[in-house]
Order: sequence, then structure tokens, then C-alpha cells
Amino acid sequence: MSKIHPPFDLLPPLWRGVGITLQLTILAAVLAVLTSFVIGFARLARYRLLRVLATLYVEIFRGTSVLVQLFWVYYVLPFFNLKLTAMQAGILVLGLNYGAYGSEIVRSSILAIPKHQTEAGIALNMTPNQIMARIILPQALLLMLPPFGNLFIELLKGTALVSLITLSDLMFQGTLMRTSTLRSFEVFSLVLILYFLLAYPITLAVRAWEKKLSQGRA
Amino acid sequence: MAPIIVGNTILWDWEYAVQIFPTLLAALKITIGATLLGFALACILGLPLAFGRRSACRPLTLLTGGLVEFVRSTPLLAQLFFIYWGLAEFLGVTMSAFTAGVTGLGIHYAAYLSEVYRAGIDAVPRGQWEAATALGFSALRTWTNIILPQAIPPVLPVMGNYLIGMFKDTPMLSAITVVELLQTAKIIGTRSFRFVEPFTIVGLLFLLLSYLSSLGVARLEARFKRGSA
Repeated sequence: MSKIHPPFDLLPPLWRGVGITLQLTILAAVLAVLTSFVIGFARLARYRLLRVLATLYVEIFRGTSVLVQLFWVYYVLPFFNLKLTAMQAGILVLGLNYGAYGSEIVRSSILAIPKHQTEAGIALNMTPNQIMARIILPQALLLMLPPFGNLFIELLKGTALVSLITLSDLMFQGTLMRTSTLRSFEVFSLVLILYFLLAYPITLAVRAWEKKLSQGRA
Repeated sequence: MAPIIVGNTILWDWEYAVQIFPTLLAALKITIGATLLGFALACILGLPLAFGRRSACRPLTLLTGGLVEFVRSTPLLAQLFFIYWGLAEFLGVTMSAFTAGVTGLGIHYAAYLSEVYRAGIDAVPRGQWEAATALGFSALRTWTNIILPQAIPPVLPVMGNYLIGMFKDTPMLSAITVVELLQTAKIIGTRSFRFVEPFTIVGLLFLLLSYLSSLGVARLEARFKRGSA
């Protein structure tokens, strides 16, 4: 067994990676939320064609592995003269992929609002758009928060994959440090701990919110 | 079939696609093998984790709970690197990339499956435990003959979804040098300077298999719904 050094010297380079990881997570999350709402609403649309297209979108993005999608965008698109940076490819693929999962959250939360809420809106002579914006969505958004929080954690973990198309995020810095220091155990222990420290606060927030929701119900 | 050409770029070369297909199919076997072995490991490891979290011994509950939280909150890719390079160095052992990959998949998904088992076990009515006690069943027999046979079947569809999830996570094994489906496609692409066909075929294979499996899971789900109604 190798001698254990105090691993603090490894922290600054890993810390730089944390910045990139956070940047990617937040930008991809914005795209994912937008995609979730667009596709989620499309799946509930009146027009059959829209519903079919949205379902197709969800099936394709959920059915093919996210890493395969990442490689496809990064290696195949340049053949069609569309060259994206690793960061752009990461934001695009993670956003669109997690948006496919998120669209299910949007759809099921809207469907979870009892039908009499819509009926009450109709009785008050509101237009369908008004009913959605003033009655359904405000209630559905509260339901969406915990699952979106969980999706956000999954997304954060998913960003590690972008290191495989050379984005210098936390994971990538870890592999760099491994080859330069050969202290694999310490490097990857620190990487795991840092990811945990990033993800766990979100877990706690989701739980607190879920508790609050169930209190209102009781 | 003639290649599909738009402008002066070859969009899709059928001949090349047909030529590389058998190699990709062979690599698919490695991917499926890793998935099944990893899932078997996850199913086995998940049980003690679920028992640990339900045990009356507080330190054990905290330990297993913490372990499950930690594994679920960190990326599988980082865990794979940790096992393949970190743990191997720490323990002074060398393991094949495939073994490390299957171990990583198994541990990662065991954390998720332990929660699934827990939900299944919690759903077994209290009366079943009491009946087992009344009949003088030992703890072991209560588990194997009464509780688990009722706890596992209802959660099989959820387990099926995790199996599909694991299948789609196997491309990560390429990062620790396992030559599975994605890595094979990358090697083919690098050799011939064409990535369109290999990566697209890989995507389609994943889509096809996970779609078919999800139909299977849906049928399983329908069966249990009918059974409980």
C-alpha cells in the first residue's frame, strides 16, 4: 500500500473543475426545464400530431444512452459541418436528454390536479389559457418541485460524462490528477466527496420541500 | 444500396454500415453480459443493504443508510474510476476492467435496489409478520417463506426499469477501457474516419433493446395490476 500523503495539495485543481461542473449543471438545467415544459405541454396538446412527435422525442432520448448521444453530437455532427465545443455539446445533450425525463414530470403533475379544478374554472367563465395559467399551473408547479429537484441531482451526476468528451470538469480534473500524481485512491476519493457535497444539499432541500407539501395535505 | 449523399457530404454509407454491423453485434454481447452480471450483483447486494436499513441496530442503520445515500449522490463514472484505479491501488490488487465495471454497476444499482426492496418489504401487511410469529416460524423462515415471496413480485416492474437503466449506463465502462459496444464503435470510427454509421447504429441498438424491454416491463406491470384488482 502506498504512503498516504495529506491530500490538500490536490484540492485547488479539483476545485477549478467544480466551477466548470457547476456552470455546466446550471446551463443544462435551464435548457432541461425549458425542454420539459415544451415537450410536457406538447404531450397534452389537443393536436394528435404534436402528441405523437413529443412522445417520439421522449422515447428516442430516453431509449438511447446519454453517453451515446454525447458521442454522437461531439463526433458525428462535425461531419455535417456543425462543430460544437465540449461545453456546448454537454449543455445541448444533457439539457435535451434530461428534458425528456422532465417532460414526464410536467405532464404527470398537470394531470394530477383534480378535474373539478378545471370545472370550477369553466364555471367561472375562464378561457382554457386562463384556467391553465391561474388555476392548474400554480398548483402543479408545487408538485413538480421535488421531482425536478431529484432530476437536478441526476443531471449533476450526469455532467461527469462530459469529461469523456474532454470538458475539464471535476471528473476530468480527477483523471488529470491521477496521471500526474499517480495517487489514484486519494484523487478519486476526493472527487467522490466533492460530488457528494454538491449533490447532498439538493437532496436535503427536496426532502424538506416534500415534508412541507405533505403537511399541507394532512 | 447507394450511399445517401447531400451536397458533397456522404450522409450515410450503406455498404460501410453493413460491413461493420457484425462487429458491433459481437460487442453488444459484451454490453449485455456486463448488464446481466452487474444486475445480478446489484440484486444480491441490495438485499443486505435493505435489511441493514431496517435493522433495530442503530449503528448498522446509520452505516447502511449513509452508504446508500453516498452511492446515490455520486456519479457512476466517478465510482468506476475509484474502483478501477483508486481501490485497486489502495488494496494493491489488479483487476480486469470488466470486473471493475461489473462491480461498479453492481454497487451503484444495489443502492437503488435496496430502496426498492425496502418499499416492497414495507408494503407487506403487519399481520403477515404476526402470523409467522404465531406459527413459531424462525426469523430466517419468516423472511424466506413469508415476507420475501410477497415483497419481491410487486416490485419486479421497478426492478425491470433499473435493469434498463443499467443497460443504458454500460457505455460508461468504455471510460475504464472495457471494449463494449460504444468503445467498439469509437475504435471502428477512428480507424475509418467515419463516425456517423457506427455511433448511429449503436444508438439504434440501444433504442431497440430498451424499447423492447420497456414493453416487457409494461406487461409485467399490467399483470400485477390485474392481480391486485
